[in-house]
Parts: sequence; structure tokens; C-alpha cells
Amino acid sequence: MTAIEEQPAPVGYGRMHRKEDPRFVRGHGQYVDDVRLPGMLYGAVLRSPFAHARIVSIDTSAAEAHPKVKAVITGATLETLNLAWMPTISYDTQAVLATDKVRFQGQEVAFVVAEDRYSARDALELIDVTYEELPAVVDARKALDEDAPVIRDDKEGKQDNHIFDWETGDKDKTDEIFASAEVVVKEDILYPRVHPAPLETCGAVADYDKITGKLTVWETTQAPHAHRTLYAMVAGLPEQKIRIISPDIGGGFGNKVGIYPGYVCAIVGSIVTGKPVKWMEDRSENLMSTSFARDYHMRGEIAATKDGKILAIRVNVLADHGAFNGTAQPTNYPAGFFGVFTGSYDIESAHAKVTGVYTNKAPGGVAYACSFRITEAVYLVERMVDVLAYELKADPAELRMRNLLRPDQFPYTSKTGWVYDSGDYAKTLRLAMDIAGYEELRKEQAAKRDGQSLMGIGVSFFTEAVGAGPRKHMDILGLGMADGAELRVHPTGKAVLRLSVQTQGQGHETTFAQIVAEELGIPPGDIEVVHGDTDQTPFGLGTYGSRSTPVSGAATAVVARKVRERARIVAAAMLEVSADDLEWEKGRWFVRGDPDQGRTITEIALAAHSTVELPEGVEGHLDATCVYNPPNLTYPYGAYICVVDVDPGTGKVSVRRFVAVDDCGVRINPMIVEGQIHGGLADGVGMALMEVIAFDDDGNCLGGSFMDYLLPTSLECPSWELGETVTPSPHHPIGAKGVGESATVGSPAAVVNAVLDALKPYGIRHADMPLTPAQVWRAVHNNPFRTDLAIQ
Amino acid sequence: MRITVTVNGTEYTRDVEPRLLLIHFLRDELGLTGSHWGCDTSNCGACVVWLDKTPVKSCTALAVMADGREVRTVEGLEQAELDPVQQGFMNCHGLQCGFCTPGMMMTARWLLDRNPDPSEQEIREAISGQICRCTGYENIVRSVRWAAENSNIGAAEASEATEVTA
Repeated sequence: MTAIEEQPAPVGYGRMHRKEDPRFVRGHGQYVDDVRLPGMLYGAVLRSPFAHARIVSIDTSAAEAHPKVKAVITGATLETLNLAWMPTISYDTQAVLATDKVRFQGQEVAFVVAEDRYSARDALELIDVTYEELPAVVDARKALDEDAPVIRDDKEGKQDNHIFDWETGDKDKTDEIFASAEVVVKEDILYPRVHPAPLETCGAVADYDKITGKLTVWETTQAPHAHRTLYAMVAGLPEQKIRIISPDIGGGFGNKVGIYPGYVCAIVGSIVTGKPVKWMEDRSENLMSTSFARDYHMRGEIAATKDGKILAIRVNVLADHGAFNGTAQPTNYPAGFFGVFTGSYDIESAHAKVTGVYTNKAPGGVAYACSFRITEAVYLVERMVDVLAYELKADPAELRMRNLLRPDQFPYTSKTGWVYDSGDYAKTLRLAMDIAGYEELRKEQAAKRDGQSLMGIGVSFFTEAVGAGPRKHMDILGLGMADGAELRVHPTGKAVLRLSVQTQGQGHETTFAQIVAEELGIPPGDIEVVHGDTDQTPFGLGTYGSRSTPVSGAATAVVARKVRERARIVAAAMLEVSADDLEWEKGRWFVRGDPDQGRTITEIALAAHSTVELPEGVEGHLDATCVYNPPNLTYPYGAYICVVDVDPGTGKVSVRRFVAVDDCGVRINPMIVEGQIHGGLADGVGMALMEVIAFDDDGNCLGGSFMDYLLPTSLECPSWELGETVTPSPHHPIGAKGVGESATVGSPAAVVNAVLDALKPYGIRHADMPLTPAQVWRAVHNNPFRTDLAIQ
Repeated sequence: MRITVTVNGTEYTRDVEPRLLLIHFLRDELGLTGSHWGCDTSNCGACVVWLDKTPVKSCTALAVMADGREVRTVEGLEQAELDPVQQGFMNCHGLQCGFCTPGMMMTARWLLDRNPDPSEQEIREAISGQICRCTGYENIVRSVRWAAENSNIGAAEASEATEVTA
């Protein structure tokens, strides 16, 4: 193990140990379940055993008689408060506690508050619910059948399970190109339902003070400010009396964006009992009831020339949204940013249609590091390009190289209207091929094709669209996606930065301090980053969709530059020169042409708080605020190459190597960037090979524990091989693009393409994820199955 | 039931329900919240602590099983100074959200006590009963290797060595 750098923490960008680590390695992190308040009670949720059933009766009397039970709350209780239903972030409604029917297995039916965790669970057993079972809609492809049971009969006049239709691109032109194309390939591709499964489940501690009327909620949330506003709107509580604290969070990956019934129940529990109430779900509750991801049934088509020029892409998607439409997308984007399905390629036309349907499954649909459905889009196009390569007998890397956008085409407006900011795609793919030794790998593969040991090489090239977003186009429930930052430099030159976004492991306390350090020359160790507490931070929509660096990183740079300009005026007053005569070098303003005449930011900070006379109209002190409204999204991209070995006898896949070359623009802390990529690559291996939430015919969840929902361990993951290119975003203040989800978006296709590349001798063009040994073995025998249903 | 358990060198006597899980005993009764609860089914390993010098998953051990025995948790890892494993995780960016970290470090310490110079594969096998959702394991493996290579380094010395090895 060699030291990469031997230098003190950089005053600005560079590798630097994380400021948050000392508390974590000592076991002194403060997660929601670590919060203990005097007199605190514990809540537990009773859940539905059925996927679809009418509630005939609920008898809570035995539970209420339990000596340690303080309250039992049902949908009937909530109806009296007008809280039995809550709005979702997609303008639908979701039951907090079921009143009429249960609509998925694991749905919330009652909430018990007791003196301790175990008693609360005991009392759940004492609640007697009589259900009348109904047929369940399990297969999304049958949700719109005429005889399908109507799930949402709570909605007046609702006669079917249809949610929305959404289209993008030019249908007529695309159809025209397809009609005359030399080559057309078509494939049905499922991105099955998966789950973010952060290691810390969701939970809350709600503390309502009935004298002051103040409600404080410690919550596992990625979006504390959005939660505060939504609680104010839904519950009618005055917003200034609501404080959401998102302390240390044990991973989010999108799972902790939305509002879950358990949070609301904890709040109601505290209001009803007058005591703080803690609710933490268990693992099965997390997997069965909280935000799932994907569940996209896609039919992809590519029109091309015989020599491999891609002309057009056409997609039809059936989107399974579960029982309530809780997908968290910007308002105008019901299919998220799936519109970037044209990928990284220079094509003539494209069209997609997405239809959303209800099924008797858990609601949600933003989650798992997908950048608003770009994971699905990238998987679709990257799988389809390999399907085309299969038919043309072309090398998949060469086929991509042939069709990638060229550097001179940027900024590039895609055929579905997205403006890609910057890129040099071929350079990135070439670097990945060089690191992998692509030609050598192909030779090794050719030598090995004896049918006994199979080797596959998979390529994927992705373009992400992150940093939502321009507020005139993008909002969540009407809240524009701009985020605030506040910076205050104290008299001694130390600073406090307050941010709307929140960290679930991304290292914001370090990275954002480095941005201020780069802009002002204050060492990162002298900058405190405050986040995750709505009483202490400016408003903003939070951390998801890889938006923290593109949005709040920009806000931080802008606010630091505002402070720098104020410092210039103060320095001019100190030096008795015109501000126009001053020049900046990191940490110091000095007189142009006379570098000895200058003042450091520390000296300026003290002077700004002192009696130094400032020009008319200039306020003292050294602070500023900013709300950053992104002019465009940023478009990070990357080239991934995966090498697998497949045992055709057992179907077992081993990932031998994984090369990832990412271009996320300027890297603030490369160590943290690489760590994020490593994690996303493991996600990709997991989804490609292991992870799935399937359902049986009755709607029973088949992925409700870590015994069933398999996550990659250290043994399934190879040692990742990373490379980088740096193409700054031209419109971002520091040229950064965001990276949190890139690897999760880009890697599944590389793994799946590698496995199918290995299986080529068997004449197999496609099989759906996850490519478990059973699925691979069935594929080898030309009979792959649908992974979203129980194995037939 | 009345049990007496020595945790990180301190003896605690408590009346507990026979069904109380060891993880809840540590977290709720003793306030040692460094060990985490993650899955219920012994899969994730966020709850790994030592029971008489062997790592166990404390979500599937009962508190009463620890009666008369010694438990070591992440809070007991730092002696006079930070354990090289703790230093390694900081140096090599072996953690992101920090939730799996205490369990990972307890297993790593156990591994290094038995095998001071483990290979990458041996490290991967040792931590294969534990899940990390953030790091893709790469930097955890590096962290443990760092600890192996710097087993004699004191915390003061280590913090002076400001190199970032991730």
C-alpha cells in the first residue's frame, strides 16, 4: 500500500481525509435510532398480510388493554384528524393507515405506541383485523386488462389501473425511419423491481411540545426541508413550529426521499400521548413497504444501417408504480428523466411512450441511485446497442465508438430535447479500453471458446443528467428545485457554511468545506458545515438525483465569491486604496503591482467586524447568502468494461474485472469521488446478478428479508479499476457535474452485456436481470424466465 | 433475569427479559449505540461485537447468553490511542455513511489478531458475512491492509502522517 500523496490537507480541492470520520470510527455517529429522549415511547406498525383485501373490522381492545400500551392508532383515528390519507409527491394520495382496503402486502394498518420496543411489537399481535381477500394485480402486464381488479376504487369513478401516459420525441419521423431502415432490432427488456436497502432502515423520533406547539422530528430523510413544508401543508401545522432534524443517516440511495406513513404515525403518536415517540422499521418492513426502484417493462427498438450506424431508437414502457403513485419525480416528468434514453449517440430521431399502472405492490419508485429513471434509460439503450451488435456480428465497443457523439457537437441538443453540456466521449471509451486491455481480452476469449469455461466482456457507455434543476422547468409539488447556502466568516477568520442539502455518507462536511477553502483560502478544517436541521439551514430540496454538488456545490461557490467581493471592499478600506486596484490570490487581496501591500482573509474578517470605516452603503461583517437556480442540468458520463467468467454447468457468474472511467467534470475531493464510484459499481453488480423483489401469484413479496433479497458482499465484488477524464461543465461555477449515481446508472448494463457476451455461443441474445445461477442456467437451455414473478 | 456482563472492561449487572437481544441490551440498556442493528437475520453484520474475543452478530444473540462473559464493542476499540484499524479506515476512506463501520472494524481487529498479515482474499473472506452499501468494499480491504502494515503505529504518529491513501 503506497501513499498516493504526502501532504497536509489541501486548502481547496484534492485528496483529504473526511472531517466526519473521527466520530464514526469511534462509534459516536448519531443516527436516528441513537436518539434517546426523556420519557420516550416506542411505536410499531401493524401491516397487512394480504396484497389486496377489504378490511371488514379492526378490534384494538386487547392491544389497548396491554399494560404497557399508551395508544393504538388506526385509520379511523386518523380520519378524525383528516390524516388517514396523505398526498404523495406525484399528486396522488396514499393511505397513512388503511381504512377501506389494503392494497399491498406490508401496507400500514395500525400503529401502537408503548413503553418499550418489545411491548409495542407484542401489542401488534393483539390487534384483531378481519380481512376479506380480493384478487390481486401482480403482473404489471395484466394491470390494464379489462377484467383486472380495480385497485384504486377509493378514487371516485376510477374504473381501471391506469395512472398516466407520457410521450417524448418525434413519433412520425421515428416511425418513418424504422419503416425504411436496413436493420431493425427489437427486444423486450425488464428492469425488475429492486430496493435501495440502505443498511439503516427508515425511522423517526417525533417530539411534540404541546405548550410551545413546536414539533421536532428526527428523521431518516434525504430532504428535511421538503418534509417540513409537506408536513405543514398536510397536517396544517404552522411551518415555523416544525423542525426536521436529519442527523447521521446510514445510507439513503433514494430510499429516504419520500414521506412514509410511519413518520406521520410517530408524529400523531407524539401529539396523542404528549411524549416523544420513536419508530424504527425492521428490515422486512423496509424491503416490503418503502420506496422500491425500477419495475420498468421496456420494449426497445433500434433502426440502423447494415454497417452499424444507429438511425433511430423507439421505446415503449410499462411502468409498475405499485398501489399508490408515490414516485418522486419533478412534476412535469412522470417518467423522470427517462427521456435521455437516446444515450450517448448521434442519431436522427427517437420516440418513447411510457404508461404507468397501479399494481398490488408497494408504492414509491424514485429510489436507488437512479437519477430520476436514467438508470432504466441507460440500461435500455446500452442493452439494445449490444442486441444490435449481436445481430450485426459487430464488436460492441467498436459499434459504440462509431455512434458516439463527437466533441464538436457539444452543447448537444438530443432528439428528445435534452441539452448535453460537454463531453469527449470517444476519449473516455478509448481510455477504458486501454486500461482493460480490450484487444487482449478479446483474444483470450476467442481462445477460450471451447464451451467449457466461458468468458464474457461487457461494455457500457452512459450519459447522466443530474443536478435538478432549472426551477422554471423543475419542481416537486410546486417547490422549485433551487437550493440555498449561507456563509458566515467569524471575526477570527473561521467560517460556518449552512446548506439545504443533507449527507447520507457522501462527505458533505468535507467536500463543501473544500469548495469554500478553494474560493476563500480558509483551510477546510476551519470551516464548519451545518446541514440536516431545518431550523439552522436555508431552504432547499435535499440530496438525491446526484444534485448536491451540481446545485449546492454551485451555491457554495457563489456564496463564497460573494463573501470574497465583500472582503475586497473591506480590504480596500483597510489599505486605503480603490477596490478596483486589488487583485485576489487564494486567501488574500493585494494591491495590483505591489504584492506586499495586501490583507489576508483572516485580517479582513477581523476588520469587517471592527471599527474600520467602510464606504457608504457597505454593511459590516463578512457573510452572504445565495439561492442557486441551475441554468441547466449537468451531464456526467463514463465508459465501463466488465469481464466475467461463467460456468455454464451451474450458471454461476464471477465478475473477474471491472474497469470504470468516469468523467464527472472537476473533482473536488478525488478520494470521495472514487469511493462513490466504488459503491455504485457494487450496486450494479448486485442488480445485474442478485437483487430482485419478485411477487408470487397472490402478491406475496418474495424479497422481504436479506435472506431473500441478496446484496453483493466482498466476495462478489472484484477490485475495481478506475480511470478518469475531466471535461468541466461549462455552465457550472466550478465545472463540477456530480457523480453519486453515475456508477449505479452505468454498471448494470456492463455486467449484463458481459454475461450475455459469454453466452453468445449458445445463441442467446437477451435474458433479464438478475442473472442468478438459475436464470443463467435457464438461459443456457434457451428458457430464461421472467424474474419479476415467482419462478414457474 | 439478572445478568452480569463485562463490556469493554466494565462490569454491568442488569435485570433483563430473557428474550432481550444482545444488540438491544448494548444499545438501549447500556447506551452503547456504536453497534448498529441492520437486518434481523444475521446477514448484514452491522451489529458485530466480540463475545469472549469472537465476533458474533448481536442481533441474533440473546443478552442472557452474554451472562458472565466479556463483550467488546467499537467503543472499546480505542485504547490509549486509536486502534490501527480505526486509523486505517480514516486513512483509506474505508467508510461513507459509517453504519457498517463498527461491525467491519470489529471483524478486522479479530482477523489481524489471528493473522497479522492477511492477503486481500483473506480480508475479503473475513468480512464476507457483512454488508456495506456504500464503499463497494474496495477501500475497506485497503483499510484493513493499512492497519496490518501499520500495526505498531501510534495514533499521534498516525495523525501526523497526513497522507491520504485512498
